[in-house]
Parts: sequence; structure tokens; C-alpha cells
Amino acid sequence: MALLEVSRLEAFYGQTQVLRGLSFRLEEGSVTTILGANGAGKTTTLRAICGMVRTHGELSFDGHAIAGKATETIVRHGIAHVPEGRGTFVRLSAEQNLRLGAYARRDKAAVEEDLERVYGYFPRLRERRGQQAGTLSGGEQQMLAVGRALMMRPRLMLLDEPSFGLAPLLTEELFRILGAISRERQVSMLVVEQNASLALEIADHAYLLETGRIVMSGSAEEIGKDEAVRKAYLGY
Amino acid sequence: MDLFLQQTFSGLAFGGIYACVALAVVMIYQATDHLNFAQGEMAMFSTYIAYSLLHHGIPYWWAFLLALGISFVGGVLVERIVVRPVEGTGVLNEVIVFIGLLVIFNSLAGWIWDYTIKPFPSPFPKQVPFGITFVGPHEFGVIGITLVVLLAVFLFFRYTQVGLAMRAAAQDPASARLVGIRVGWMLALGWGLAAAIGAVAGIMVAPIVFLEPNMMDGILLYAFAGALLGGIGNPVGAVVGSLIVGVVENLVGTYVPFVGSELKLSVALVLIVTVLVFRPSGLFGQVVVKRV
Repeated sequence: MALLEVSRLEAFYGQTQVLRGLSFRLEEGSVTTILGANGAGKTTTLRAICGMVRTHGELSFDGHAIAGKATETIVRHGIAHVPEGRGTFVRLSAEQNLRLGAYARRDKAAVEEDLERVYGYFPRLRERRGQQAGTLSGGEQQMLAVGRALMMRPRLMLLDEPSFGLAPLLTEELFRILGAISRERQVSMLVVEQNASLALEIADHAYLLETGRIVMSGSAEEIGKDEAVRKAYLGY
Repeated sequence: MDLFLQQTFSGLAFGGIYACVALAVVMIYQATDHLNFAQGEMAMFSTYIAYSLLHHGIPYWWAFLLALGISFVGGVLVERIVVRPVEGTGVLNEVIVFIGLLVIFNSLAGWIWDYTIKPFPSPFPKQVPFGITFVGPHEFGVIGITLVVLLAVFLFFRYTQVGLAMRAAAQDPASARLVGIRVGWMLALGWGLAAAIGAVAGIMVAPIVFLEPNMMDGILLYAFAGALLGGIGNPVGAVVGSLIVGVVENLVGTYVPFVGSELKLSVALVLIVTVLVFRPSGLFGQVVVKRV
């Protein structure tokens, strides 16, 4: 059974329809990426899964029908969303941001373990643990957002442009860590990324989105070899 | 010198009461960006509830705690039933609802308990301990109680999971939902806490100003002045600002001949206008640093 199953998903901002009947599935433990031009509906797809926009259609996560549910209810099933713009709690400390990720958890000892693990992945965050999160650099805030998502001990991570605003070296580092997390922790991931070649590198599966519809799907390898995709999104 | 000390401590007692009201106002302001104009009337209503409980023979501190509990539940209900439906429909709608609440609580109190001025007991011993002479027994007690309340609120927001979640929900509701925080309930909880803290202020000030439906009018104004002076977005600033307002107001009333007790309330207005003109973020206004 697929971990996430999306069928005939439509999404709206006011009167404007952004997703026009999207269907796809995501297997447990796999990394999937959604490619597409600006405005194709990539971010909206992630937001729709989390109930942050008005939707029609069906969404099933781990057997639960989650369409139309409140965001806070959906994420408690084990979905962590690293949102566009990072969503830092700017006036709280870095560590408070991380601890809020574990807000819905009751397993205190495991939370402390996970905090150590996050600091292990991102040593910079340990150095800055007491600092007001709004004063962290863009890259550090991106790590904080990923770290906060990990603190939820999710089964699925939705990552919206994780490389946004990061220096190239940092981006590669982040994707190396993401790959490690998905392998070691068996966390499934749905990644939206402007840096398509990086995303395809860690992904098992890829979908190509155009104006709210899926126009191509396949293994990351196949999609990466496709001539049209290469020209449009990989630039060679 | 004795007069100065007396007036300063009396100012601190009043400042502590303003601080409680200001804290209640700031709590809701931080979550919603709106000033709850009905905060004072809600506190007045809580005080009447305490008054009724006392009349039924319930011992003072039990009545005190019970009134706080009832106020908390009342605050939650007000948010759920009255405020929530207009949430996010525009500033004017929300302000009108706040003013409507103010009028409703005021008339309701007058209707239930009538408008005559009633005495309200002070729970503190007639003698100030340690042989202190420059502060009256009730004022001494008020300073103590408000310190306890402020400390409890600080500890709650600093060290508890729920307090942290409430701050997160106020700062960034969308992100808060993404970590599973039920933002709507956090708001309701904020209203409940604000109502309970306001109730402390009402019950503490009633023995001084006497119980009547308009008893909180001036106090709400001083609390606004204090909150603005300290920085409306900053709870610690609001508390310090309120204490300053309490002391300044009292000293000005004592030492500036033409002000006296009649013009004291204008001091608050002058302060509000001055702060808004010269330093809108307040003395301790936090400038939020944000990188994009």
C-alpha cells in the first residue's frame, strides 16, 4: 500500500484554481520529487496535502482520509512540512523552535534523543541553540526548519525549496543530510526543488507538473534522461 | 521624605494593578493585533462574581480562586462564542465586537447588581509586617499579590510546553499549525488567562476604588498607557511601563499643584499621546529582527 495516495486533487486560492486533478502515489521509504516551472503548482501541492488551501479530491495518508481536515490534525498523523520561507518562530530561541517540533509527542526521552540527533546533523544549530531564531542566517534558519520537521519524527517530510537562499556548498551538504535521513530513518520525502539535478540525485521517483497537471512520471533516472526535461529544467 | 515614600509605594501598588490589566491586554494583542477594549469591564464583572461568592459566605481566598476560575472559563467562552466568528473579518468588525462586549458587561453588571457603589473587603491584615510605616496594609498586600501573579505568568510562558505553544501560535499561526499546535484553542486559552489575570486586578483594586460597574474605566486607560510606554508587543515592557505609570501618576498628583486628584487621569492621556508621537514602539519595544 502506498503511504500517500493523491487522487483527482484540485486546489484553489479564492476563485483561482491552481491544481487541476492531480493523482499520484508515494511509496513508504521513498523520495519523490516534483519538478515544474514557476507557477506550475508545486508549492500548492505540498500545501494542499497539509490542508493549508481549499481542496477537492481525495487524499489518503497511511490509510487515513486527510482531505478537508485541519492542518494541525493532518500533521499529527506524521507529516512534517518544511514550508516555503521556512516559517521560523523568529522571537523564540533556536532550541525552542526545535522543541516545538516535538509539541505533539509524548515520548519525552525519545525527544531528547532526537534533539541530540538533530544537533548531530547540524552542529551549527547547537552553537546557536540559545540565540533568537530571527537573527540566524538564512542557511541556519533552513537547517532549523529541517531540524524542527525531524523533531516531529515524521513518516513523511514535505520539503519546499530546501535549497532556497543557500550557498551551493551548503545546499549540497543539506541534500547529503536529507539523503542520509531518508535512508537511516526510513523517512519518506516529497521534495519540491528549483535545483532539479540535485533533487533528482536523491529521488527515487519524479513527477513533472505543468499548469496544475502531471504530464510525466517515472523513476528519477528515467526523468533525468528525458530530453525535454533536460532542456527545460536541467539546462543541458 | 515620608510623603514621597508613601506616594511612591502607593503608586507601585496601583502600578501593579495596571500591570495585570496591561498584561491581559498585551496577551490578546500579541495573538490578534487588537486591543481588547472590554478587558477592564471583564475584570469588573469578575470582581462582582467574587463579591457574590463572598456574600454567600465563601471564605475570601476560596472566593478569590473560584472567581479566577470562573473568569478563565468565561474568557474562553467569550472567545469561542463571540470573538471567533468575527476573527479575521477586518479591524472594524473586531473593534466593534470589543466595544459591544464592553457595553454588554457594563450593563449586565448594572442590571444584576445595580449601580450603587458597594464596599469590597481587603483580605490583608490591618498591620503591615516588619514595622513598615510608609505603605498601607492593603497596598502592601497588593504589591505582593501582583508580584506573585506576574512571576507565575512569566514562569508559565517561559518554562511550560503550553506557554511556549501559545507564544508560537501568536507569532506565526501557520507554522504553529504545522507542528500540530491547535491555534484556535491557544487563542481561547489566551482569552481565559487574560480574563483571570484581569480578575486579580479587579479584586485587588475594588477595596480602594469601591465596587461599581464603571470602576475599571480609568484603570484600563492607565493600563493602556503603561502597555504603550513599555512597548505594546512586549509583556515585560508592559509590566515595567505600568509600574512607571502608577508611580508617575501618583507623584504628579501629589506634587504638581494644579493636577491634584482631579486631573490625574489626564496624565495617562498625555503619556499615551507623548509615547505615540515620540516613540511608538515604547521604551522597551522590541524591534523584530528578520532575515529573508
